[in-house]
This record gives sequence, C-alpha cells and structure tokens, in this order.
Amino acid sequence: MNDILSVLIFFPLIAGILGLVVSEKSIRTYGISVAAVEFILSLWMWFVYDPANAGMQFVKRIAVIPDFGISYYVGVDGISLFIVIMATLMTLIGIIALSVKKDLKNMILTLLFLEVAMVGVFVSLDAVIFYLFWEFSLVPMLYIIGAWGGEKRLYAAVKFFLYTFAGSLIMLVGMLYVAYVYQSVTGSWSFALTDWYSLVLPISVQKWLFWAFFLGFAIKVPMFPFHTWLPYAHGQAPTVGSVILAAVLLKMGTYGFVRFSLPMFPDASVMYITPVAILALIMIVYTAMVAYAQKDMKQVIAYSSVSHMGVIILGIFAMNAEGISGSVFFMLSHGIVSGALFLLVGVIYDRRHTKLMSEFGGLASVMPNYALIFGVMLMASVGLPLTMGFVGEYLSLAGFFKISPVMTAIGGTSIIFGAVYMLSLYKRSFFGPVTHEANKVLKDLDAKELTALIPLVAIVIWLGVYPKPVLQPIDNSVKALVSFMHEKAQTPEAKNTIVVSKRTKEAQ
Amino acid sequence: MLAPISVNMASLNFITLSPMLIAIAGALGILIIDLVKKDLDKTLYVILTILVLFIDMGATLGLTLNERGFFDVVMIDGVTILGELLIVIASMLFIPLALTSKRFHEYSYPEYFALFLFMIAGFQFMVASDNLIMIFVGLETASLALYTMIALHNTVGSHEAAIKYFTMGALAAGFFVMGAAIIYAVTGSVELYDIAKVLQERIGEPGMMVPIIGGAMMLMVAIGFKVSLFPFHTWTPDVYEGAASPMAGYMSIVPKIAMMVVAIRVLGMYIDLGVETVRNVVIAMAVITMTLSNMMALVQNDVKRMLAYSSISHAGFVMAAIALDTTKANSSIFLYYTLFLFTNLGAFALLWVSRHKDKTHHVRYHHPYVKFAGMIHIEPVAAVIMAIFMLSLTGVPPFSLFWGKLYVISATVDAGYIWLAVIMGLNSAIAAYYYLKLIVYMFLMPAADQARTVYNNRSLALEIVIGIAVFATVASIFYVQPLMHYITYLIGASGY
Repeated sequence: MNDILSVLIFFPLIAGILGLVVSEKSIRTYGISVAAVEFILSLWMWFVYDPANAGMQFVKRIAVIPDFGISYYVGVDGISLFIVIMATLMTLIGIIALSVKKDLKNMILTLLFLEVAMVGVFVSLDAVIFYLFWEFSLVPMLYIIGAWGGEKRLYAAVKFFLYTFAGSLIMLVGMLYVAYVYQSVTGSWSFALTDWYSLVLPISVQKWLFWAFFLGFAIKVPMFPFHTWLPYAHGQAPTVGSVILAAVLLKMGTYGFVRFSLPMFPDASVMYITPVAILALIMIVYTAMVAYAQKDMKQVIAYSSVSHMGVIILGIFAMNAEGISGSVFFMLSHGIVSGALFLLVGVIYDRRHTKLMSEFGGLASVMPNYALIFGVMLMASVGLPLTMGFVGEYLSLAGFFKISPVMTAIGGTSIIFGAVYMLSLYKRSFFGPVTHEANKVLKDLDAKELTALIPLVAIVIWLGVYPKPVLQPIDNSVKALVSFMHEKAQTPEAKNTIVVSKRTKEAQ
Repeated sequence: MLAPISVNMASLNFITLSPMLIAIAGALGILIIDLVKKDLDKTLYVILTILVLFIDMGATLGLTLNERGFFDVVMIDGVTILGELLIVIASMLFIPLALTSKRFHEYSYPEYFALFLFMIAGFQFMVASDNLIMIFVGLETASLALYTMIALHNTVGSHEAAIKYFTMGALAAGFFVMGAAIIYAVTGSVELYDIAKVLQERIGEPGMMVPIIGGAMMLMVAIGFKVSLFPFHTWTPDVYEGAASPMAGYMSIVPKIAMMVVAIRVLGMYIDLGVETVRNVVIAMAVITMTLSNMMALVQNDVKRMLAYSSISHAGFVMAAIALDTTKANSSIFLYYTLFLFTNLGAFALLWVSRHKDKTHHVRYHHPYVKFAGMIHIEPVAAVIMAIFMLSLTGVPPFSLFWGKLYVISATVDAGYIWLAVIMGLNSAIAAYYYLKLIVYMFLMPAADQARTVYNNRSLALEIVIGIAVFATVASIFYVQPLMHYITYLIGASGY
C-alpha cells in the first residue's frame, strides 16, 4: 500500500512511453483509459487515506544520491491529497474534452507526461525531487502552448518557460543554501523536507531565504508584478493547455508557499505579511479591473483566475487554520471552476473560432444547456453560497480578517468585482437578441462535452453544499501545520500572529 | 669535472608514463602500417585508434595514486587520473565519428589518426605534471597536432580556423613561457611544489607581490586562451565554425579539461597561498565570461556558433568553481565536465549527422536554425534526442547537466559566495533562451522544404555514439552517486 504514490507518479510515465506504440486512430481511447485508471488510483488513495492522521501518509524514502542527501521521498497529507486528486481529475476531463485534430497522439502523450510532473510535485517531500518535477512540468507545457496555440504561441510559450525557469533557479540557490545550513548544523547532507522542518533558522537568514523561495513561487502563482506571462499563456494556449495551467500548474506556486515557506520560515512569513498582502491585494483589485476591460472571453477568465489566486495568497498568509484550510480548499475549487470555464470557452471557440464577446449575444436561447452550465460555473467563480467557490473564498477572507480587517475588506471586493465582470460577460454573450446569423445555428453541447462538464458541475454543487469530507482532512493537516509553526516561531510577534485554535490545543 | 650521472631504471618509475607511452606507441604503429601498406581504409585506423585508447584507459586505471616518476616530473594524483580518464573517454567517443557515410578529406589520411594519438599523449602529459616546463611541452605537443587536424578538414573555413587558432595559441604559449620565467626568476624553480614552498617564505617580503601577481597573470592569460575565457575567447566561435562538427565538440571538451587541470594546480596554489587578487580575477573573468557569452549566443543564427558560445559560457561557469578551491568545488568541476562531455559531444555529433557537402540553407553557415525547422515531423527521433541535449544543457532536470549545475552551485553556496550562485542561476536562465530557440525551431515551426536531406551523413557508428550520449544524458540520476563518490575520493586523496 505504501507504494501507491510511486504508482501514481510512474503509471502515466510508463503509459506515456508505451503509448508511442499505440496507433494514432486509437490514441484518444488509450489516453482516456490511462487517465481514468490514474484518476481511479488517486480515488483509491483517498479511500485508504486515514483522515484522522494529520501527518504524512504512504511515505516512501529511497536514497538516490546518499552522499548529497538526495532521496526519492514521497508522501501525502491532507493538504496535498486533494490537489493530487484534482490534478488527475482535470487531466482526465481535459483529455475527454480534447478537440484538437492535429497531432492528437503527441498531444495526449504530452498530457500524460505533464501528469507525471504534476502528481510528482505535489507528493515530493525531497526538495531536489520537488524541483525536478517542478522544472520538468515546464517542458510539456511549453510544447502544448507552442504547438497547438494561437497566433503568437511561440512568444507565449517561450515567455512562460523563461519566466518560470528564472524564478525557480533563484529558488534552487535558496534550497542549496538551506541544505548547506542543514549540513553545517547536523554534519550530514539532506534535502528531505521533514529534516528541513526541524531546522530553526536565525531570522536574518530566514529573511533572505523567504524572498528566494518567494520569487520561485510568486512567478508560478503568478503574483503581481510577475503575472504578465499568464495572459499570454492563456490567450495562446489551446483549451486543454489553459485548463491544466489554470487548474493545476498555478497551484504549484501556492502549494509551495504552504509546503515550504510557512513551515520553514515562520518568522519571516509573519514579518512579511504586509508586503505580501499588499501585492495580493493589488493582484485582486487590479486584475479584476483588467478583466472587466477585456473583449475576449478567455482573457476575462484568465484575469479572473489571477484575481482569485490573490485571495488564495491572502488566505495562506492569514497564518491561522481557517485561512490556510480555506485557501487550500479554494485552490481545489479554483482549479475545478476555472478549468470548467476554460473548457466552456473552448466549446464556443470550437464552434465559432472566435472568443470575442461582441461576436455573441443571445446564446442562452440557442444553447440552453451550455448557458446553464456556464451559469453555474460562473456563479461558483463569483463565490455564490452553496457553490464550491464560496467555501474557500469565505474561509480565506475570514482567516485574514484576524490579521487586518481593512485589508480583508479590500480583498472582499474580489467578490463584488467578480460579479461585475462575470455577469457582464454573461449578459453580453448569453442574453439579448441573437445578433449574428452564424450564432443561430450553433449546436448545443454534445455527448463528449457533457461527459466532461457534468461531473464538474456535480462536484461544484456537492462540495458547495457539503464540503466536510474534503475540508476535514485538509483542516486536520493544516492545524498540525499551524501548531508546528507556532512551536517553531522565535519572535513574539510571530508567536502571537500564528494562532492555534483552542480545539487544536485541547486535542494536544 | 662533473661526476657521471647514473640513473637507476627503477627510480624512473616508467609505469607512471605508461598512458602517454601507449598513445605514442599506437601513433607510431599507425604510421608504420601506413608506410608498409597504402590504400587501407579509414575503418581500420579508427578501430585501431579505439583499441589503443582502450589499452590507454586500462593503463590509466592501473596507475597508483600519489606517485611520482621520470625524474619526479610526472605526478600521478587524483586529478591526473580523472583528467586522463576524461580525455580518453571523450576521445573514444570522438574518433568513431570519422565513420560517416559521406567521405571527408581528413579521414583519408592515416596521419590524422597518428596526430590524434600524439595529441592525446600531449594532453596526458599536461595533466600528469606539476612541472611548468613539462606542462608547456605537453600543451604544445597537443596544440600543434590539433591545429593540423583542424586544417585537414580542408575547407576555406577550416584553414582560416587553423591559422587563427595557431596564432592565438602561439600567443598564449608565449604568455605561458613568460609567466613561467617570471616565476622561475622569483623562486628558482619550475616545480609547483617547490614554487609554493619558496613563495610561502618570500610572500611577506616588500615588493614581492608585483612579480608574484605578474607571473600569475601571465599564466592566467595562457589559461584564459585555452579555456576560452573573456577577454581571450574571441577565437572560439570562428574556430568552431570552421572546424568539422565533431572536432568542434572535441575542442569544447578535451583541451579545456586539460587546461582546467593545470588551472586547478596553478591557480589553486596561489589561492592556497592567500593571494586574493588571483581569486578575484578568476571570479571576475568567470562571471564576465558566462554572462557575455550568453548574451552573444542569444543573437547567433547558426547552431554551431551558438553551441560555441554556449561552451564558452559553460567554461566560465566551471571556472568560477576553480576560484573556490574547496574539495567539493574541485570535484564538481570534474562531475560537470563528465556530464557536459556526453551531452555536448552528442549535440555536436548530431550536427555532424546533419552535415551536407554544400551549404543548403544559408550562404555562410552549415547549420542555421532554419535547417532544423519542423524536424519533429521529418525525423522525430532525432528531434527528440536533440531536444534532450538542449534541455540538458539548459539544466532542466532530470537530464544530466542539471546535476552538474546543482553541484557547482551548491559548492559555490557552501564557500559563501551566494551572490555568485545567484549570478550562475540567472545565467542559466538567460542560456535557456537560446537552447529553447532550437527546440522551438525543431518542434514548433513548420518544416523547411529541403528538409528531406537533413540526415545526410548518418551511419551506424554515429548512431551508436549518439545513443551512448543520450543514455548518459537521460540515465544520469542513476550514476551520479557512484560517479561523484569516485571523483570526490580521487580529489580528496590527493589533497585538493
């Protein structure tokens, strides 16, 4: 049973290599089967996961380069469990909904390789292995954007790669420094996260390392002012590229904050709450405004997803269990909702080959099912209660309220702004008379698209009404994380800011 | 009246010379075969050369650590063994590239193979000595053979390259000799261990710093020329462009390894003595080299020139490690170059496979980027292999050079040079752009029309060499541990 994570990582890899043999004609079925098996395996992992245990489970550690302390070290806890499941789900959905005709085989195999990297990042507990998957995920994405993208795809693909690559190299220097400190303290090399957690770093060192890691993660999130690559990447990427990018790849950054920055540098994290929160607020408000100004539906969703990532950052830097659990939950809902929205835009793009809102209008009467699903997802994106989007956004903001009510109020405008740009998008495209002749004969969703979208709608409503099965394990692990940070914090400010709730204390 | 010198054969310890002697004997053997029977095919010479190299490798592996021989001029320590091994391995991968399906001028001469073995002997002398004169003799033996081999390619470009390399090399040699002379004037010795002893005593004397640093700078110029450090790198792209692709790949590795070994010995001595100026100059040169050549590589239109600038940048990267002078840094140099050897030689070999007699895509260049456009549709396997090499050069894990970069940057961090580590990281990011450019051309651009002839020069031998290189690049995660262990053992055993 302990090997389930290795199976999860290497199954798509082997399937991707063997898939070279499968003929182009049958490749779609092959891709769907592999992704489905992978998804079922990840559900199986959830099934055997012990929700009462807050620590790492299914841990496996094999030394790879013992002289340098690098080991293949994987494990999963409540924080990463659901992100892994979401990654496998979105890959499956993405492959089901795939509408590209050109080089379908290359596309599907690339997606399988990408899945390896995505699962790998979220289950790695060794910094070098984490970095390995983190960097490797760039290559398939580069190919997906560059080969199947829009007109400026080369620029978008290269910009995406270089931006992320540059940031993560600085992070690598930071990692090597942590390893060096660990070596000078204990006398042996180790890149294992659990070993690093035990390291109490002086504040002056934490400060620098915090920013080194921040750069790597912030570019991936992407935080203002490093967000400029994202609209290009989304604008040019094919539908499936955008889905995976928004749903999973961006989460690597926020996950990195939770997994690395907070537990390793609790004091520095508390110290820099204000600057980080200001960046997050700029990100929320500014990109929401930019989203309103867009003419292209896909760009609206791209900017809205940046705006929501800002709320996730706020939640993480709330430094208490509500905020962090909320933001982890928000990562999931953001993944599913924005993934679904990109799929929906892809649907209309396949039919009309345009994404401009001015080209549409009155779609609700022509494509009622489409309009309905779009409407549900849009409401979830805005954060309507009883949808999945509400839970995460509410908890993240509620958590940050303890840090600063004023900033939370500004962050809360994300809901208002969200409603503004999303509803105006809906109004312009779906209501009113059908102005274009071409729109009158549009077909509603077909079986393939419904198969992809209905599960997502179901999840959005199910977890909106009853989030407990997911929220509970997340909360357990997050509470353990917060009380660990509280223990480890050195400065009194950090001790006071990192609040351990009473229930957690009693439990201990 | 001088007493007659009696030399005891046993004290010469000829075994320490065995690798070089084997290479020289092999070269002479090839010349004799040519003398006896003409019209022998190049395949014979290629295989003979490989066999000689095998024996050479065996002899190198059989050397005992920390021995001296041949009037104490030859010194066998860990660095020597590593240097010799790398030289032999790179040569064994290089020489089968002569077995192309097209005929090229240089391989029709048996002398080419003899020169090649002489050159290897020269490089081995260079790495196996701490005597400045011996190093110089080795350097010149190797270089003169190398110039001739470049010129034998017999195109206008290769003649230009050979002459250019020759004049620049002669200048570098001059600097080396002047540096050695200054050092001799100060210390009365050409043996590095003697020099270190005398300098240690005299370093405090007033006015001593000028000749010490002067001598060091002269040697550094020579090293800079051979390793192609800024500002002595200008010859590199032109010479690589003119030389045959495998030769260019070879030049980007073996002469540099040999000179790096000399740099570890010579510059390491100064840094050990506490001459901080030398350390600072090396770091400055390394930083400027990697940054500037990365910038230059960005604007190249020819893949071979791009790879030339990229190899300058890699040399700068490694040179920074030399300045650190810790065991880990010195080990990381060899790890880096071992991994770089396979990747870079593989990349140049792929260029060689795609070589045409005529310049099909560009008036001046043999390998413009355009030539590789849309290669994924024409030669998917080759495109993927080239992409793996490029990603490895970029430093994308899990490909081999990532581990090299990891160790070098880690050694830099350990030595306390965080800012240098950051610069190295940023440079890798800049470099990513031009490696990606080739990938973009191969994978994301529509195919060029004359694309059908891209793989003109392929043959089984070339495929095997490329296969080995790919394997070494992809499977690196499995052998980095034993490799690093062995390197660290050898470096540590000889006290570097």
